[in-house]
Amino acid sequence: MTAETPLTTGIRPNGDVLTLREYEAIGGYRALRKALREMAPSEVVDTVKESGLRGRGGAGFSTGMKWGFVPERNGDTGRRYLIANGDEMEPGTFKDRLLIEGNPHQLIEGMLLAAYAIEADFGYVFIRWAYRDAFLRLRRAADEAREAGYIGRDILGSGFHLEFHVHVSAGRYMCGEETALLTSLQGGRANPRSKPPFPPVAGLYGRPSVVQNIETLCNVPHIVANGAAWYHGLSLTEDAGTKLYGVSGKVERPGIFELPMGTPIREILEEHAGGMQDGYALRGLLPGGASTRFLVPEHLDLPMDFSHIQDAGSRFGTGTMIVLDHRTCPVGMVHNMEHFFAQESCGWCTPCRDGLPWVERTLAAIERGEGRRDDLDVLQRHCKMLGPGYTFCALAPGAVEPLSSALEHFREDFESHIDKGRCPWRGI
Amino acid sequence: MVLTPEELELFDHGLSLEENPRSASVAAMKFIQDRRGWVSDEAMEWLSVKLGVSLSDLESVATFYSLVFRKPVGRHVILMCDSVSCWVMGYESAREHIRRRLGIDVGQTTEDQRFTWLTIPCLGACDMAPAMMVDEVLCGPLTPELIDNVLDACDEADSE
Repeated sequence: MTAETPLTTGIRPNGDVLTLREYEAIGGYRALRKALREMAPSEVVDTVKESGLRGRGGAGFSTGMKWGFVPERNGDTGRRYLIANGDEMEPGTFKDRLLIEGNPHQLIEGMLLAAYAIEADFGYVFIRWAYRDAFLRLRRAADEAREAGYIGRDILGSGFHLEFHVHVSAGRYMCGEETALLTSLQGGRANPRSKPPFPPVAGLYGRPSVVQNIETLCNVPHIVANGAAWYHGLSLTEDAGTKLYGVSGKVERPGIFELPMGTPIREILEEHAGGMQDGYALRGLLPGGASTRFLVPEHLDLPMDFSHIQDAGSRFGTGTMIVLDHRTCPVGMVHNMEHFFAQESCGWCTPCRDGLPWVERTLAAIERGEGRRDDLDVLQRHCKMLGPGYTFCALAPGAVEPLSSALEHFREDFESHIDKGRCPWRGI
Repeated sequence: MVLTPEELELFDHGLSLEENPRSASVAAMKFIQDRRGWVSDEAMEWLSVKLGVSLSDLESVATFYSLVFRKPVGRHVILMCDSVSCWVMGYESAREHIRRRLGIDVGQTTEDQRFTWLTIPCLGACDMAPAMMVDEVLCGPLTPELIDNVLDACDEADSE
């Protein structure tokens, strides 16, 4: 039943990297051979479109549709870029690290197929500095692939070329936002860009560019090898494929689990992550990283996929859950996240630059026991003013998602901090 | 001299692979930092000329990225994850242990210049929270014993 977990089947339980030979032995680079031999670039785009693959980095946009926005070459000989976004910095998210460390060739093959589909001649992996092992393994894998003729000029005699570079970043959450990532690759501060134009039309150095999350790209070889219908068949719901779900917090077995898309939250938490630790009860969870709204126990039977989580008022995000237990202070938890967002704001847009530190200080005061009743109105107002439509990118709107949902679900905890003049979770 | 002739040769090779000198800015600073531990004012001035980017522009890039060090750091850099999963899993007691052992707070360097202790956003190691990276090695879940083992190893390396 290896087909059920295509992304992680090749990954060893101990996480040791697969060599090129080992990857080839489990069918690696077969999809690339097939595409170069039998498929036109537009057919690869169509297959990925039909597969229903949606971006795994947080926004969940249709991958094939994004590729379709890249204009046809029509004699244009300028550079085009395919960029793998390995800047995994969404708090609570740790899935792409596993994919790069365990099977870097799967990522490289996915990038080659994506680059072929959009007729790109340059491939970049943008990887965060802290992923040191992932970087070293990826670089070694790229050398192996170059040696074997999978990267470079006239790949496998097909006439398709791809130059391949790995860029090691130097910190900052902002770099994961696709337009900020492009500015960062060009050697500047990672400020976001106004859209449109969107990167598929005008991206890196103003040239057509597609930026995809690591997990998204790792799906591509399997889709090309096995077809769109097979990919749909992997999931339990409308959203196709499998998903690397993550669970962290006070559960028995925190980790990453590849399961059919649409697996119920309860099954992920209780069966795969082993349920809550002894003495801890679940109060809520962030379904897809820090910038998603809290779900509460009544949501546990929801299928974990893009549409069901959205219908419940939250976002699927990166699909990696952070669990809030009944012995952890929700105000402290939200304060931790708002500290992160305030620190990581690039400062480009006023609501984000000025609003997030205000939110952070207000929460710090409440947590210290110095909060006032009207602080909750101040926080509520910021949830609106930092929401969608006031900033270039999604950092601030994402930052207020956990806050506004905590104010809704855990309001009595905020109030008891203010009324008691202290955090009820800290001593007496 | 900011770089030795051998280092310069390697640097120029790296530069030749970039699309233009400006896009090399972050990699260039990291190149110097990997060899000197930090990026000095002198190095910034040299880079500014080398890359053809104004000093103030280059400085704005340097100060944007949290892992470009514009001040000297200790021989060992401790990057402690301060994000939400590590907070939930109780990074505070791990911090307290380091505070007691090194006698410094987050953001500081020990007097003997051996340890600099910084925070870093989510290390992507939430399954081993609370986590930290010492030099280039990821470790967690942090217990007093694990912290002592890691820091003892630094002590041993320094005494050799």
